[in-house]
Amino acid sequence: MSAHVDLLIIGAGPAGMAAALAAAPSGIRIAILDDNPLPGGQIWRDGPGAKFPAQAAEMRAKFEQYANVQLHSACKVVALAGPKKLLLEDAERGWTLSYDQLILCTGARELLLPFPGWTLPGVTGAGGLQALIKGGLPVAGERIVIAGSGPLLLASADTAKKNGAQVVRIAEQASLASVGRFAAGLWRWPNKARQAVELASGAYRTRAHVLAALGSERLQAVRIQVGERIEEIPCDRLACGFSLVPNVEIASALGCRIEARAVVVDEWQASSLADHFAAGECTGFGGSELALVEGQIAGLVAVGQKDQARTLWPERQRWQGFADRLNQGFALNPALKQLATADTLVCRCEDVAYADLAAHASWNTAKLNTRCGMGACQGRICATATQTLFGWEPPLLRPPFSPARIATLVCLDETDSAA
Amino acid sequence: MPELSIDGQPFRFAQGTTVAAALMACGDRCSRTSVSGQRRAPLCGMGICQECRVSIDGLRRLACQTICRDGMQVETHS
Repeated sequence: MSAHVDLLIIGAGPAGMAAALAAAPSGIRIAILDDNPLPGGQIWRDGPGAKFPAQAAEMRAKFEQYANVQLHSACKVVALAGPKKLLLEDAERGWTLSYDQLILCTGARELLLPFPGWTLPGVTGAGGLQALIKGGLPVAGERIVIAGSGPLLLASADTAKKNGAQVVRIAEQASLASVGRFAAGLWRWPNKARQAVELASGAYRTRAHVLAALGSERLQAVRIQVGERIEEIPCDRLACGFSLVPNVEIASALGCRIEARAVVVDEWQASSLADHFAAGECTGFGGSELALVEGQIAGLVAVGQKDQARTLWPERQRWQGFADRLNQGFALNPALKQLATADTLVCRCEDVAYADLAAHASWNTAKLNTRCGMGACQGRICATATQTLFGWEPPLLRPPFSPARIATLVCLDETDSAA
Repeated sequence: MPELSIDGQPFRFAQGTTVAAALMACGDRCSRTSVSGQRRAPLCGMGICQECRVSIDGLRRLACQTICRDGMQVETHS
């Protein structure tokens, strides 16, 4: 089975929704794909433990009104199926979809770095825990330690507290001086300053990072470096994430230029590949406000409304300023590269230890000798970690980009015989 | 409230709960066994890490991207 649309948007978070809404009034056929069961992306994740923001609800309701916009939720991109054609899979079927133009709004994921005990049940990402709580994970009465870097730690702590958990420590790796400089500049973005005040917590410590998750079958405590001191805190959960990394795998497989871990775009949000645009966190981490305006610009340019897109440049610049400050304020302390010990597993799919990887000079030799990155996640976790730990260039994804059913892969063959 | 079976035991969860959230709240709160025999639980919560892959009605699915439905059979040991 195959279908065609004028404009395909991958990702239904703020950037993808904004792009769809900007392009929809033109009447062209638009498909928007998202691998989660509900639109909203990570920041606007809906669920039993979530408070869905009014702006998100309004946007979701709006794009349901457009008959020319089709939303495919719980749908993954499995492979490239030819020029401007992708192989897709959802719970029921596999099919190919061709397009004239594409906007990549694939978002970002957390940077997860290995430390002793990080494979224990009870340890999650920081945004990961927030997503799981919004998805209905009960945490009432639990003691939770949140660690890593960036404003997401405070947002995650806030969600945990609102769902009845006791957040016993928030460990931010950046120094008080850099977090202070970041906070002091927030007057230029009043809604962000307000958020910072609302999220403030007495459990927050700067220049603090996790050393180890302790426990045998399950997490029981966390060892944390706080300045010169070491704390050991009994807890039920540790949520640890070292800020975000753009999801560039599909862009990279398509041949779009990637620099500094992000899709390179010009002032029109166009990537290096003709008719392929990118917007939001996949072009560099900057928050939902920047994602929204970038998505709008991409959507407008895709339907030829460059003049209108140009009027949004100043707003984009304003939020880009916030993003730049954010990235300076929370730059990673090099000590975080030394958290793993010889036997700490780095590749969680193939259970490959740090010492087995450290002996190699590049991702490729490490992969050939140890099977790292050859499991189900294809190195999305470990290759991202080894890029930070060893400076290794991460690999290009191979199809299938995520585990897929044979019946889906057969659609590729049908594409060939039809051609 | 959908009722589903997790490793043969029946559980009920609030409407809209993800299978990952459900797994972390019952049984041994894990989703799979690693190649070296460690029990693992959902990690990234957003469809990237594959730690929450389970068998749902015989098909391999990511628990964090699947919403609990009445009658689902979830297996964490396959």
